[in-house]
Amino acid sequence: MPASNAFNTGNLSKAAREPGQASRVFDLAEMSLRELNQALHDLAPGSNETAWEVLHPRGSHSVAVGVDQPVAIDVRGSVGYYCGGMNDGGTITVHGSAGPGVGENMMSGQIVVKGDASQYAGATGRGGLLVIEGNASSRCGISMKGIDIVVHGNIGHMSAFMAQSGNLVVLGDAGDALGDSIYEARLFVRGKVESLGADCIAKEMRPEHLELLQGLLDRAGVTGVKAAEFKRYGSARTLYNFNIDNADAY
Amino acid sequence: MCGIVGLFLKDKSLEPQLGAMLSEMLISLSDRGPDSAGIAIYGAPSSEAKITIQSAKPERDFRGLDAELAKAIGAPVSIAAKSTHAVVRTTPAKIDEAREAIQTLRPDIRIMGAGDVVEIYKEVGLPEAVVDRFGVREMTGTHGIGHTRMATESAVTTMGAHPFSTGADQCLVHNGSLSNHNNVRRELIREGMTFETENDTEVAAAYLSSQMAHGKNLGEALEGTLSDLDGFFTFVVGTKNGFGVVRDPIACKPAVMAETDQYVAFGSEYRALTKLPGIDNAKVWEPEPATVYFWEH
Repeated sequence: MPASNAFNTGNLSKAAREPGQASRVFDLAEMSLRELNQALHDLAPGSNETAWEVLHPRGSHSVAVGVDQPVAIDVRGSVGYYCGGMNDGGTITVHGSAGPGVGENMMSGQIVVKGDASQYAGATGRGGLLVIEGNASSRCGISMKGIDIVVHGNIGHMSAFMAQSGNLVVLGDAGDALGDSIYEARLFVRGKVESLGADCIAKEMRPEHLELLQGLLDRAGVTGVKAAEFKRYGSARTLYNFNIDNADAY
Repeated sequence: MCGIVGLFLKDKSLEPQLGAMLSEMLISLSDRGPDSAGIAIYGAPSSEAKITIQSAKPERDFRGLDAELAKAIGAPVSIAAKSTHAVVRTTPAKIDEAREAIQTLRPDIRIMGAGDVVEIYKEVGLPEAVVDRFGVREMTGTHGIGHTRMATESAVTTMGAHPFSTGADQCLVHNGSLSNHNNVRRELIREGMTFETENDTEVAAAYLSSQMAHGKNLGEALEGTLSDLDGFFTFVVGTKNGFGVVRDPIACKPAVMAETDQYVAFGSEYRALTKLPGIDNAKVWEPEPATVYFWEH
């Protein structure tokens, strides 16, 4: 098994699909969401059932929430709220779009959304990699605490609000109030930023940032885009401690 | 929470299925709001105008009302009862007179809405019970909106259910809560508008009716909500020939739209859209905050 962090989907998917190892298929038109999630939770460490396929999700909530084994789950269609929430080591691919809160509080592993993601993608995430191949809506990466998020398209307003650590990479544009009240997360945006939130500023892109960003782009399977095309944003660190002169900014 | 849906048909061949499609959409969002549900259907135009009425005691209130009303307004009247609701049909020129006469003849009857084409059905209960009660699945039409309610701002009653209608063929469903509705209500009352409830959504509906009465089109009226209404909202609005959507600038109330050559559809969640024909190839998107979307026939 690959380690639960810092791998790319390509390798794991390949590992999960070695000859002779059929995917375990759950058709949500026939079976309940509870059966799917219970089966995923019942996986013992080291289980050989590493490839899972979920059919007809039809916007269901909480698909593959709480996965804690390094398995690959392909979801064939669009999902509702909280897909892959609390993921700890799973590799979840949504072949469609995701509703609000995809990958919320992810611990480790990887989630790839082939379509768009709704509000608060990756909210409060502590680790792992969330890749949105389309656009993400408002509040992407809100209160992120260590997760890495790569969005191929644009992100909506109030993204990375109170973001504490981790990296948010946006190949397109960012909406209003990016990084409002941000702590130590790093934000990399290639396109236009509509406006920056309180205490969020543009920062110098030093060699270590270019290296970090290139690594994230590689892990997210992004090609044809150079790290040097991005601008870095982060905290001005003026709101960490209460200062009466900053009262307007809180 | 609350769940809202809307469906605006472009393809006439789907019109016989409007009620069935909208019912399925609303039922799929039942767990967003168990308190009450309602639906407004825009049917085919005819030579008569319609008033949808409601009574807690339909047998007592609807019996003989057609004859009494015809006599009072001096025009032919027909009444088709469906459970607690009934649709009163009469000459369009007599519609205001008929409204007043109904209130005089049967003070306990509540008017759900009126217009050339709209019919509104709403009751306490789950969406499935409400659509079954009123036979919504069998209804045909060009467009419609629906709502399933988790009450926050006012009591769980039939009148507190959505859609709210405050003008001819106009109605609105709302997910969210408004914080300046008392102030806006006072201003609208000063303009001469009347209110049936303490509900915030009724104020939004009346605001739009007032704007349109001042000559604005649906799109312009919706634009006004962004500056004049404070609070959380995703609104879906129907007019005689139009359908519109707007979300407040914070946009925390969910919304998904889908469009094909056959229809434009709205749902609080994608779940509501999954049974629509051709959804797998539809353009599906999340409506932008503070952006007005509207379609007209």
